[in-house]
Amino acid sequence: MKIGLAIRDVRDAETELAEELGRIGERHRADHDVYHLSRTLASLHRSNLETLAPFGERYGITVDPTNAEPAGGLLARAREKASELSGRRPEGALLLLSDLRHLHLLYAEASVNWVLLAQGAQAIRDAELLQAVTRCHPETLRGMKWTLTRLKTAAPQVLAG
Amino acid sequence: MHLDPGIDPDTVRWVETASILHSNGDALEIAVHEGRMAGVRGIARSRVNHGRLGPKDLYGWQANGSADRLTRPLVRQGGDLVESDWDTAMGAVVDRSRELLDDPGPSAMAVYTTGQLFLEEYYTQAVIARAGIGTNHVDGNTRLCTATAGEALKESFGCDGQPGSYTDVDHADVIVLYGHNPAETQAVLWMRMLDRLEGADPPALICVDPRPTPVAERATVHLAPRTGTNLALLNALVHEMIANGWIDERYVARHSVGFEKLEARTRSCTPEWAARICDVDAGDIRAAARHIGTAQRLLQTVLQGVYQSHQATATACQVNNLAILRGMLGRPGCGVLQMNGQPTAQNTRETGANGDLPGFRNWANDAHVADLARVWNVEPLQIPHWGPSTHAMEIFRHVEEGSVRFLWVTGTNPAASLPELHRIRSVLARESLFLVVQDIFPTETTQLADVVLPAATWGEKTGTFTNADRTVHISEKAVEPPGEAGADLDIFLDYARRMDFRDKDGAPLVKWHDAESGFEAWKACSAGRPCDYAAITYGRLRETAGMQWGGERLYADARFFATPGVCESYGRDLLTGAELEETEYRALNPDGKAILKAADYVAPHELPTEDHPLLLTTGRTLYHFHTRTKTARAPQLQAAAPDVWVELSAQDAAERGLAEGDLAEVASPRGSVRARVRVTALRAGVAFLPFHYGYWDHADGHDRAANELTITDWDPVSKQPLYKVSAAQVSKISDAGGETAPAPTTTASRPLRDIGRQTRGDASALVEERIRA
Repeated sequence: MKIGLAIRDVRDAETELAEELGRIGERHRADHDVYHLSRTLASLHRSNLETLAPFGERYGITVDPTNAEPAGGLLARAREKASELSGRRPEGALLLLSDLRHLHLLYAEASVNWVLLAQGAQAIRDAELLQAVTRCHPETLRGMKWTLTRLKTAAPQVLAG
Repeated sequence: MHLDPGIDPDTVRWVETASILHSNGDALEIAVHEGRMAGVRGIARSRVNHGRLGPKDLYGWQANGSADRLTRPLVRQGGDLVESDWDTAMGAVVDRSRELLDDPGPSAMAVYTTGQLFLEEYYTQAVIARAGIGTNHVDGNTRLCTATAGEALKESFGCDGQPGSYTDVDHADVIVLYGHNPAETQAVLWMRMLDRLEGADPPALICVDPRPTPVAERATVHLAPRTGTNLALLNALVHEMIANGWIDERYVARHSVGFEKLEARTRSCTPEWAARICDVDAGDIRAAARHIGTAQRLLQTVLQGVYQSHQATATACQVNNLAILRGMLGRPGCGVLQMNGQPTAQNTRETGANGDLPGFRNWANDAHVADLARVWNVEPLQIPHWGPSTHAMEIFRHVEEGSVRFLWVTGTNPAASLPELHRIRSVLARESLFLVVQDIFPTETTQLADVVLPAATWGEKTGTFTNADRTVHISEKAVEPPGEAGADLDIFLDYARRMDFRDKDGAPLVKWHDAESGFEAWKACSAGRPCDYAAITYGRLRETAGMQWGGERLYADARFFATPGVCESYGRDLLTGAELEETEYRALNPDGKAILKAADYVAPHELPTEDHPLLLTTGRTLYHFHTRTKTARAPQLQAAAPDVWVELSAQDAAERGLAEGDLAEVASPRGSVRARVRVTALRAGVAFLPFHYGYWDHADGHDRAANELTITDWDPVSKQPLYKVSAAQVSKISDAGGETAPAPTTTASRPLRDIGRQTRGDASALVEERIRA
C-alpha cells in the first residue's frame, strides 16, 4: 500500500503553504490585507496538518505541525520592517504579483495532492481519512480563489502603470 | 422648531430639505430671513420623522454661516496655499489631469468622495470618473460607514437595497439592535422606538453593544461581547434557531439556498462556546435567542458596532440569515435595516460613486456593463470593469506606492478620519501626489492639498438624497453660498466641460446642466434596475415631503433581485473575500433565492498584549458628526462635547489609579493621544475614544485624534476599515485637578457616579415643540 506517499505529498504541500504564507506576509507588510490574511490562512494550514497527523501515524509518515510554525523572532521583524519601507516604491506591487502567483500555484499543487489522497482513502476504505480530507481540501480551493481574486485586483494597476 | 432670537416664524420663508448630519433623513424646513438661515423646523407630514428633529438637526445649520467658510479657490504656490480664482484653480486641475491621462493613463487618477453630496452630484461624479477619465479608482468615505451594509445585502439577497422600513418599528414585537445605538446616531428613530417602549404592548428590545448605551439601558436583554467577537455571538444565535426548531421551514425551503451548509457550519456553535469567546453569559445568549426565535414580528438593525469590527460582513450576513430562517421579511414589523451612517451614503451606492457600478449593476456581468455603456453612449471597454472598483484603503495604498498621482477628495477629511493617521498624513503629503480637495471649511486634509475648491453645501444648492429606509427627499436651495463657493454639481460640470469629455458620437458625455436635468439622467440610468427612480419627480418630492423607491418594503413576496442575470454580485467567500465566478453562482442560486451564507469565527488580527492589554473601540457621540467641521461650529453642539475623552470601566480605571477627569495617555502600537477619563458602565477590558476630535481647532501636536491609534486593517469582503478592534493601554498623566471629562452625561458616556454637572443646553438651545392630537 502506498497511501503513505499521498499523505507525505499532502504534508509537504501544506507545510510549504503555511511557511510561504508566513514569508509573503512578512514581505508585504505594507499591503495590509495580504499581511493579515496570510497569517489567518497559515493558521488554517497548520490546523490541516494537525488533522492529518493521526493518519500519518496510522500509515507510517511523520506529520509534525510545529514544522510549519511561524518563524517569528528578530529576523522576521526585520523583514517586516524592510517591507514597510520598500512598500513606498512601485516595485513592491510587481513583487506582490509574483508572490501571489507563486502562492496560487502552491495552492493548486496542494489541492491536487488532497484529491489524490481522497481517491486513495476511498480505495483503501478508510472512512475517517476520507472525512478528514473532505474537511481540509476546501481550504486549498478557497486559497486558489483568494489568490486569483487578489491577483486580478492587483494586476491592472501594475501592468498599466 | 429652533429659531434665532427675535425671528418670527410667520414672516420667514420656509425652504424644504432633510437632515444632513446623520442618515435618518428627518424632513425639515430651513427658515430664511433677509437672505440668511435663521432656524429650522420639522415637517409634520413626513413619513420619516413626523415633524420631530434631533439635536444636530436643530443646531447644526448654524455652521453654514460661519465666518471661516472657504470662499475662494486656493492654489499651492511655493509651498503655500494662496487665494486664487476659479479659472486658475480649475486650469491647474485640468492640466494635471491631461498630463496624467497622456502618461501613464487613467490608472494614475483617483476619486475619493463622501456620503454628504447629493444624488445628482454623485451620479455626475460617477459618469466623469468611470466614462470620462476611465478610472476604476472610485470610492467614498462611505467605505468607512456603509460598505458592509451594501455587501451583506448583496451576499444575502443578490443585490443591495434596504429590505425594511422605519414603519417596522411601529409593528415589531421584538427589536434587535446589533452595534447600533440610534439614541446617538439617529435620535428621531430612537424616539420612535421609545414611543413603542412607553406605549401599550411594548416590544422586547435586544441590544448587542459593549457600551452602556441608552438602548442597553432599556433592553430586555443586553449582550456586551468582547469587541471583535460579534461573529461568534451571531453564529451561536443561528445555532439556537436551528437547534430549537425556531425556523420557518416552508420559507427556508421555498425561498432560500444554502441551509445545509449553514447548519453544518454552526452545529458546534453552542451558547457555551460563544460565551467563552465573547465573555458574555451563556444564559443571556439563550434568552436573546429565545426572543428572536419566538418573535411574531422581528425587526433587526445593524450599524458600526458590526460594520467597523472584525468579520463585519460575515456578521451582518448572519443577521440577514436570522431574518431568512425565521421568514421575517417583507411584512409589517418584519424587517432588516442594514443602516448607513451618513445622510446621502445610500446614493453613493445607487449611483456608483462608491465601489459599485451605477444602478446596482454587476461589473462581472457583461450584459450589465453593455447596458450601462448604452445609457452613457460609450464603448463598453471605456468603462473599467476588469474587477470591482478600487476600495478606498487600496486607493491610498496606490498613492503610497506612487502609482496614483492625482486624487480628488470631495467633502471628506481623510487626514482625520482614516485609520493610522501618521501613515495617512505621510501618504497624502507625497511629492508625487497632486491632491485636489473640495470642501466647505479648511480641514486637516485641505492643508495638504495642491488645489482647494470651495464648495456650497446643504441649503445653498438644490438636489435630492435618500435615507437609510429608501426615502428620497428633495433639498432646496435656501440661501446663496458664501463668496465664490460653488455647488459640487457645478464644479463637476465645469470640469467635464473643460476636459471636453465626449461620448462615442462626439457629443458631450455629460448631457445635463443642473440638478433636475441630472436627476432625469439618473432616472434613465436606474430604469429597470432594483433602485428604479422612474416614479419620482422633483414635483412629487415637493408634494410628499419624501417618498420611498421600491415601495414600503422590499421582498414582500420573497422575490429577490438575485437571479444570475439580475443580481449585483455573484458573491464572495466571507473569510477571504475571494470572488465566486458566474458559473458557481448559477449552480448555487439559479432561481434567485435568498442565500444563507456564513463563515467560521476566527480571532481578530490584533489581540491584547501585556503592553496593550485593552481593546480600543472608537465611535461617535450624539452631538457631533464626523470630524466636527460643522458641529463644532454650532455653539450648542460644541458646548455639549467640546473635547476628546476616553471611557473606561470602573475596574480598568481602578487598576490604573484613574478617576473621572484625570488626564491619561491612550496608546496603541501605532501612536498615542491624551484625553481626560470618564468612568462608565462600559464592559471591562475595553476603552472607548470618540473619533470626532482632530487638529483643525487644536493648536499643538498630533495627540488628540482617535485614529492615531487605529489599525490599518479591513474586512475582506466589504473592505470596511476596522475601527473597533485595536490593542491599547491607558495610563495616567496627571490628576483631574477639579476638571471633569468633557464628555456628555446624557448618552452612552453617562458617568457611573455623579460628577457634579449635567449636559444641558443654555437659553440659546431652547426649542419649541408643538404636539397635535
